[in-house]
Amino acid sequence: MSNELQKFSDPGLPEHIHRKADTDPAAAKKAERQVAILFALSAIGTIVLIGSYIFVKPNKFVFLPIMGDTNVQQALLGVGLAMSTFFIGMAAVHWGKTLMDDREVVAERHEFRSPESDRADFVATVKEQGAMAGLGRRTLIKRSMGVALGLVGLSPLVLLRDIGPLPKKQLETTSWKAGTRLVTDPGDRPIKPADLEVGAVAQVLPELIPGTERTLENVGKDAVLLIRLRPEDFNLNAERLSWTHDGIIAFSKICSHMGCAVALYEQQTKHLLCPCHQSTFDVTRAAKVIFGPAARPLPQLALTLDADGYLVAKQPFTEPVGPSFWERSS
Amino acid sequence: MSSSKERVAGNVAGYVDDRTGAAKWLKKNLTKVFPDHWSFMLGEIALYSFIILLLSGVFLTFWFVPSQQDVIYTGSYAPLSNVPMSAAYASTLHISFDIRGGLLMRQIHHWAALLFMAAIVVHLLRVFFTGAFRKPREFNWLIGVGLVTLGIVEGFLGYSLPDDLLSGTGIRIAEAILQAIPVVGSYLAFFAFGGAFPGHVFIPRIFMVHILLLPGIFLALITIHLMLVWYQKHTQYPGPGRTEKNVVGYPLMPVYMAKAGGFFFIVFGITAFLGAVASINPIWLYGPYTPGQISAGSQPDWYMGWLDGLVRMSPPIETHAFGHTISWNILIPGLILPGILFTGMALYPFIESWITGDKREHHLLDRPRNVPNRTALGVMSLTFIMISLINGGNDIIATHFHLTINDIMWFTRIGLFTLPPIAFVITKRICLSLQRADRDLVLHGKESGRLVMMANGEFVEIHEPISAEKAWTLTQHEQPEALALGTADSNGIPAAKGLKAKLRARMSQANAEQIQTPTETEAKELEGGHH
Repeated sequence: MSNELQKFSDPGLPEHIHRKADTDPAAAKKAERQVAILFALSAIGTIVLIGSYIFVKPNKFVFLPIMGDTNVQQALLGVGLAMSTFFIGMAAVHWGKTLMDDREVVAERHEFRSPESDRADFVATVKEQGAMAGLGRRTLIKRSMGVALGLVGLSPLVLLRDIGPLPKKQLETTSWKAGTRLVTDPGDRPIKPADLEVGAVAQVLPELIPGTERTLENVGKDAVLLIRLRPEDFNLNAERLSWTHDGIIAFSKICSHMGCAVALYEQQTKHLLCPCHQSTFDVTRAAKVIFGPAARPLPQLALTLDADGYLVAKQPFTEPVGPSFWERSS
Repeated sequence: MSSSKERVAGNVAGYVDDRTGAAKWLKKNLTKVFPDHWSFMLGEIALYSFIILLLSGVFLTFWFVPSQQDVIYTGSYAPLSNVPMSAAYASTLHISFDIRGGLLMRQIHHWAALLFMAAIVVHLLRVFFTGAFRKPREFNWLIGVGLVTLGIVEGFLGYSLPDDLLSGTGIRIAEAILQAIPVVGSYLAFFAFGGAFPGHVFIPRIFMVHILLLPGIFLALITIHLMLVWYQKHTQYPGPGRTEKNVVGYPLMPVYMAKAGGFFFIVFGITAFLGAVASINPIWLYGPYTPGQISAGSQPDWYMGWLDGLVRMSPPIETHAFGHTISWNILIPGLILPGILFTGMALYPFIESWITGDKREHHLLDRPRNVPNRTALGVMSLTFIMISLINGGNDIIATHFHLTINDIMWFTRIGLFTLPPIAFVITKRICLSLQRADRDLVLHGKESGRLVMMANGEFVEIHEPISAEKAWTLTQHEQPEALALGTADSNGIPAAKGLKAKLRARMSQANAEQIQTPTETEAKELEGGHH
């Protein structure tokens, strides 16, 4: 039915309407002046830039509303650069819009598809030239070439082998051993239970073996949070309870989800929160995940006291710390 | 009057042409026609911010030290005096506090990067909603999808370079994603970081990728992207005198050059102004990176936010079996979902042409309302991304609007599945309503606002007919008809059967759900009937 209906027809390009500047020389002159003023503003901007580079002291700050403490030189350099570029642009656009010919022109499009004969010729040429190489006949060359090209693709993989060592057991181990003292971070002081008030939280690291240095790789696996609650606050099984000491409990600070530092401790609720993805762990229940995307509790570090009364690890972590990986067995 | 200036110009042109034969090509291309529309500037903004990124980035490389060597800071920023840190972080402080214009260039670079990604995304939306990706422009669509993907990576690497506490945390998360890949994850992570995280080689490595490898690929892809635009000629919006066979606009020289060239300077000026007055990424406040610390409210740049939001709302699922672990809570939001989204986006032009069976060239753009299903699909995808993005800022939203993180997470978890389909239905309805409004406008004219009291006391509003130009613009498009699938064709060849054919038939049918475009015949009949 719709075929019988007459569609609207294309009225063609509307008639061109002249701008004021096209017909009125005074308006054109005015537009020219406006363009010149815009270029002049750009020049002023460059002068501001050069002047502030030379004459403004680099360490001068002022307080500006909204922006806060602002370095005067950096701000003036920026404003100068902004003016010098912005007004060149405005001048060019204004020039283009007011004074350059604004009659739209029409250009024809051509279909991209080549004529049938060209396409056929192309296929024929490829076939013909290909036949010259004789690949179709010389299967020995074809096969050996395939092998050679395939093998050469392996060489970058081989050459890149040394970009890193194999993981071996590195993801599964930390510096904590049975008897390693807990030391403050920063400060590296050993800790006695009396140093921690109930409700206190401290970041600790394993004591350095003399002659070694602490690397960020160590910190990334060894960081531990020490938290002191009242012993009756715990809701732990007998084994985990035996890993605490007089209300003091220790967890890996490296999130079991994606490895961020689980740094936010909420004293009222006794929850640990990771600021990256808001995984929340209940300290009283062995860091059980109570919210967020983490799938496993934070590994707990078993604590005890050494002969001098300092807090030490009773044993290494019983599971890998940090995010999951394929070889992780639990 | 042939002035000496003209003679010099003629001589120079002659000299060049003698050696290149460029005169013919240049003559043709200097008068090349470019259609004018504000939405065609979006891609330009992306291009110009890329140039600004190259310029400001080169400036930064003169002082940036891409190294994780430990140094003790001795520069002029007093709060961090004598603090041990990486050379990368120290040199970023040096650029920010001891190089005149250094902080400005850092901020211009960062603002330009945000603008680059924003312009790419909005340009992509424009191309999607107007159907500019249709034949013959599928290659350019694919290049565009490649550019937006690489842009996300390039931006992430860029803000990771200063090695501050915030960006180091981002790298830690990237490492966890690598590590979560089944079978090879630990190996990939150890290879990328040259050993255990964080190591000492990652910053120098991503520096090379950030300033050489990816910009090189960008330059190549952008060049092909623009050459194709040039060669295929720009699309144009429908209107009087505009057809599939022509292109209507301004010649390259001088109008388009003045406008587009001027626009580069305008974009530069705005970016420089932002760099001057709007502080961004004040890394001196975060401190140097150490894996044992973190700052609250950790947020990635906006184009990463939706990925972070997906990760945040993911349920805590891991599989432990046969001595191995698979972290679905990382793999699904971090790799699988984005992979599906971007693959779907890349394939969309081919899927659409498969559904419509339309293999013709298209140079006239669609008005989004005239292609309701595509428009609705676009809004649906945007809704999905927006919900994810909201959850990416859940901590900030929670503190600013006094909401609980729990509520926001459940809203976004449920919303991620329910709101996109709702958005689809609503968008489709709006499109059809707009089609109906167009039809009314064409057939009954526009409301003049003049009320007339008839002799019988009835009030009527006078409608004025719209112009022939407007009527043409509103009615020039074709409406798809449902493909007759499922029946034998005229040669007696039975139609394809099976799920694929049924799916195609169903979608083709959905595409055909349109409000009938008004015709001149109808308009004339109504005119006759009315008066």
